[in-house]
Amino acid sequence: MAEPLVIARDLHKSFGELVAVAGIDFEVQRGEVFGFLGPNGAGKSSTMKMIGSVSPISSGSLTVLGMDPAVDGPRIRARLGVVPQDNNLDEELTVYENLLIYGRYYGLPKKVINPRIDELLAFAQLEERRKSRVEPLSGGMKRRLTIARGLINTPEMMILDEPTTGLDPQARHLLWDRLYRLKQEGVTLIITTHYMDEAEQLCDRLVIMDKGKIVAHGSPRQLIEQHSTREVLELRFAVGTQEARARELEGRAVRTEILPDRVLLYTNDADVLFDEIHAAGIIPESTVSRRATLEDVFLHLTGRSLVD
Amino acid sequence: MALAYSGRVLEANARVYRRTWRGSVMSTFLNPVLFLLAMGVGLGKLVDAGDSSLAVDYLTFLAPGLLASTAMTTAAGDASFPVMAGIKWRKSYEAILATPIGVGDLVAGHLGWIGVRLTFVTVVYGGVMIAFGATSLVEGLLAVPPAVLTGLAFAAVVTAYTARLKDEQGLSSLFRWGITPLFLFSGTFFPISQLPGWMHPVAYSTPLFHGVELCRGIALDLPAHVDPWISVGYLVTMLLVGWFFATRFMRGRLVK
Repeated sequence: MAEPLVIARDLHKSFGELVAVAGIDFEVQRGEVFGFLGPNGAGKSSTMKMIGSVSPISSGSLTVLGMDPAVDGPRIRARLGVVPQDNNLDEELTVYENLLIYGRYYGLPKKVINPRIDELLAFAQLEERRKSRVEPLSGGMKRRLTIARGLINTPEMMILDEPTTGLDPQARHLLWDRLYRLKQEGVTLIITTHYMDEAEQLCDRLVIMDKGKIVAHGSPRQLIEQHSTREVLELRFAVGTQEARARELEGRAVRTEILPDRVLLYTNDADVLFDEIHAAGIIPESTVSRRATLEDVFLHLTGRSLVD
Repeated sequence: MALAYSGRVLEANARVYRRTWRGSVMSTFLNPVLFLLAMGVGLGKLVDAGDSSLAVDYLTFLAPGLLASTAMTTAAGDASFPVMAGIKWRKSYEAILATPIGVGDLVAGHLGWIGVRLTFVTVVYGGVMIAFGATSLVEGLLAVPPAVLTGLAFAAVVTAYTARLKDEQGLSSLFRWGITPLFLFSGTFFPISQLPGWMHPVAYSTPLFHGVELCRGIALDLPAHVDPWISVGYLVTMLLVGWFFATRFMRGRLVK
């Protein structure tokens, strides 16, 4: 197998007392979409900044594109594309100028940048906005422009920190489609997200981070197989009766999870379980039977308490 | 490579400026013209009619001092608000540092661009001085390099200062307690000898005094109060020390 594009061994990052990344190991292979999932504060962004060679590692080792970020930062960054969490575009400038100036930071000559801008504007569906100032563009357009900007140097690997946070569903789907095209073109993508559907849609492999550590890794399917049952039966009871009802259900499913508004029964056959419950005389107000998703895995592994 | 990298930052600044220059025209070009008209010509008539101890007429005395002061205020403006925008408001520095450009290149390119702007502003200003008859062509142009040096020294120190600021409050303090008093009391509008004796050492120790001295000495061909090389040494040291700390503080702020 070819050399991985990113190799992290016992990687740590701390800011004074605060430990953001507490010893993680992972490898990113060429051509794959690799995801970091985790609640806020799990250490995803810190990890991304270290891979992007803008933030020095605290300890452990990190190799990006076969180089050490501490030594070859500029050479690594020349071959990466970065889409930060905030769109740090120059809003006073036009769409075209943003791309041109960014290309110049990479030292690309204008005659290389200009045809590249034409391609990227088509890719980002911003051709008609070429001469518009950035400020009045919609959130989805700004996001696509930020992605186009990150592609100006034809990077081998692209790092996207929460690429679709704050976008409406249409804009997200358009963005997923664009990211999928990039993957088809052979660009390696590393993304962070806290949207489970996004991770399931896009990622070949992912790691789930919590409190600076990796708590699980694998493909979305593997993770569901390892950490969840095949199906989930969701039951809703009349307000106030849930606790009592839930106790009656104990032991019937592989795992029972009581949420404020419903009870989740993890099982390998939701229909059979449903019949059993009915036969036992437990009648919920409503029932949903569904396949287990990455969200179930995520909530199981990182806990259900709210992280601020 | 470092030079090429900082050159890219300078170029980007120039491209942004090409888009936004209109906003700064008033302050950079019109202000000195208005100042020369109001203070030099208007107030100057009163000064010259009174008991003036100046060796030259007031307009001639004032113009080179204003040249150095203009360099200072231009530099302080360019090294404060845009730096705050780069760090915090627009986060454009974060975007730049994701490319091969490093913090050292960023600061060098930023100061280099301010140097270009200062050259531009002071040359135009020198032209206005010449047009007002406040100096000769050659001496007006000779006063440009010390004015640019004065501006750059301020640019470096103000960049270092801004790199450590949490919010824009510190920027108004900078102008209220730093730039404006210097503008008023560094010998731009009247000779330091007019100040009470105890203030002389204070005035001599301010950077703008040395910038004003250099510009005035060259433009008017007058004997200086201090050795010009001491003034040059002062400003060059301020530039280098300011640059060093600007890079250091910017790294502390942006590389976490």
